[in-house]
Amino acid sequence: MKSSLIKSTVIFLGLFFLYFPILVLIFYSFNENKRVMVWKGFSLRWYNELFNNEQIIEAFIISIKIAALSATFATILGVMIGYSLVRIRKIPFKSFYIFLSSTPLVLPELILGLSMLLFFISLNNVIGFPSSRGQLTIFISHVTFCIAFVAIIIQARLTDFNKNIEEAAMDLGYNYTKVLYKITLPIILPSIIAGWLLAFTISLDDLVVASFTTGPGANTLPIVVFSKVRLGLSPEVNALSAILMFALIIIGLFYFYFNKKFKH
Amino acid sequence: MKNKLFEKYFVFSPYFWLVLFFFIPLAIIFKISISVSEWGMPPYQDIFLFDNGFKINTTLENYVYIFSDYYYIGSFVNSLILAVISTFFCLLIGFPLAFYIATSNIRLRNILLVLVVIPFWSSFLLRVYAWKIILQNNGILNVILLNLGITSEPLQLLYNQYAVIMGIVYTYLPLMILPLYGYLNKFDLNLIEASKDLGLNRTKTFFKVILPLSVPGIVAGSLLVFIPVVGEFIIPEMLGGSDRLYYGKILWEEFFVNRNWPGASALAFSGIIILVLPIVIFQILYSRWSQKNEI
Repeated sequence: MKSSLIKSTVIFLGLFFLYFPILVLIFYSFNENKRVMVWKGFSLRWYNELFNNEQIIEAFIISIKIAALSATFATILGVMIGYSLVRIRKIPFKSFYIFLSSTPLVLPELILGLSMLLFFISLNNVIGFPSSRGQLTIFISHVTFCIAFVAIIIQARLTDFNKNIEEAAMDLGYNYTKVLYKITLPIILPSIIAGWLLAFTISLDDLVVASFTTGPGANTLPIVVFSKVRLGLSPEVNALSAILMFALIIIGLFYFYFNKKFKH
Repeated sequence: MKNKLFEKYFVFSPYFWLVLFFFIPLAIIFKISISVSEWGMPPYQDIFLFDNGFKINTTLENYVYIFSDYYYIGSFVNSLILAVISTFFCLLIGFPLAFYIATSNIRLRNILLVLVVIPFWSSFLLRVYAWKIILQNNGILNVILLNLGITSEPLQLLYNQYAVIMGIVYTYLPLMILPLYGYLNKFDLNLIEASKDLGLNRTKTFFKVILPLSVPGIVAGSLLVFIPVVGEFIIPEMLGGSDRLYYGKILWEEFFVNRNWPGASALAFSGIIILVLPIVIFQILYSRWSQKNEI
């Protein structure tokens, strides 16, 4: 009796801690007052202003575009890595391969961002490309650090599922390519979708790497938001948070759905 | 034969991308960190000089410069301390939560797990921003404290190291809970019952049974929190004040404000060597070891 009370209290407090700030943010987004902290009355004023704020809308479109493209590329390359690590025996310099595909997971974003920026500058000095930084350079950087996240999901799934199915198909006369497209890929499809969603949100959320690799005409949403809230509060950002939280939480639920699908 | 071509394609496409866009950039950081700095654009000299015959033009000055100045070492130490404290609090809050989720019945367990991870999916920047609202001088926390009569005037809760720790613990907590849950979920709950039957009390059961079995989860979760926190830039920038400088901020300023590229590169490369390399080597050894033992 006593232990179940402790248990419910711990879980309740934990969830309260996790959700309280988010609820505060959403609550204040309905505040009429321009001074964020002083409650004046319920209003949708800031939502209205948000949708008329061209800078934010433009940044949002750029962010979605970069996130969708880099998630797609990262998923393709990440699936290849996951597949290679589990199913392919001969990988030249395998330790180096593992190093390349897992280090981005643990490397602080700041170091990654700096290295990408210096790389693009050096590349430009050598071959004259990319002459200025912008959406393309952010895209390349995001693909690079999202690959590892996809690879780890795919690797886990491929390790889980039985190789015998593939071998049986092979025995029944399917060739290598056919097994991959008809058996392996359909089976890991939910994980591929989950990996894509994860990469998409990571790219959408990234501030540090994008700040290093951005250039004229490539202000992503986090960059714009950060510039607005670095020194103070902004009622428009409150409204944006409420919308974004909601959207991202839905993506999160989809991720769960696809990632768990395997086990049933 | 076709298989071979196919495999090569699968192995080498990502290999190529990662060598080009990950390994070479790291190599460039190293190159610039051993270059001689100078005024100009780019603000360093080439490491290979050809004007009067071939000459290698490198220096360790940048490293000496960093490691002899307390400004740099001190902020790195500050970051390490911050990471230790934050990891500790994540563990303190995360462990009971993960434990109770893992011991719930299966339906509740899945719901709770989703509930814990969902905030992690929402925007990182905005979750930090939320704390800025809560900790304002006229923010909710101060209002509550005033009404309870704990203080008579608003406390300065924002822009100090405690606000930074708060923000970090909040944003990184799911990263601690997930691996902990992963390991706690695997172990047999009957062990707890058995230890109670054998006469161990709660405290002893915890220290002799539960804790030793969850060590891998604790290690994994702590690493996931510790490493990114050392390099954390956004949270101290938004919630912190000038009372403490951290590694991330110093690195940022060395590059963007002081325009000392070799210095910033040396800072970054030292960070890689001290923080990341030991873990990566461990991972590679571990994955080789577990592969060998499986076959």
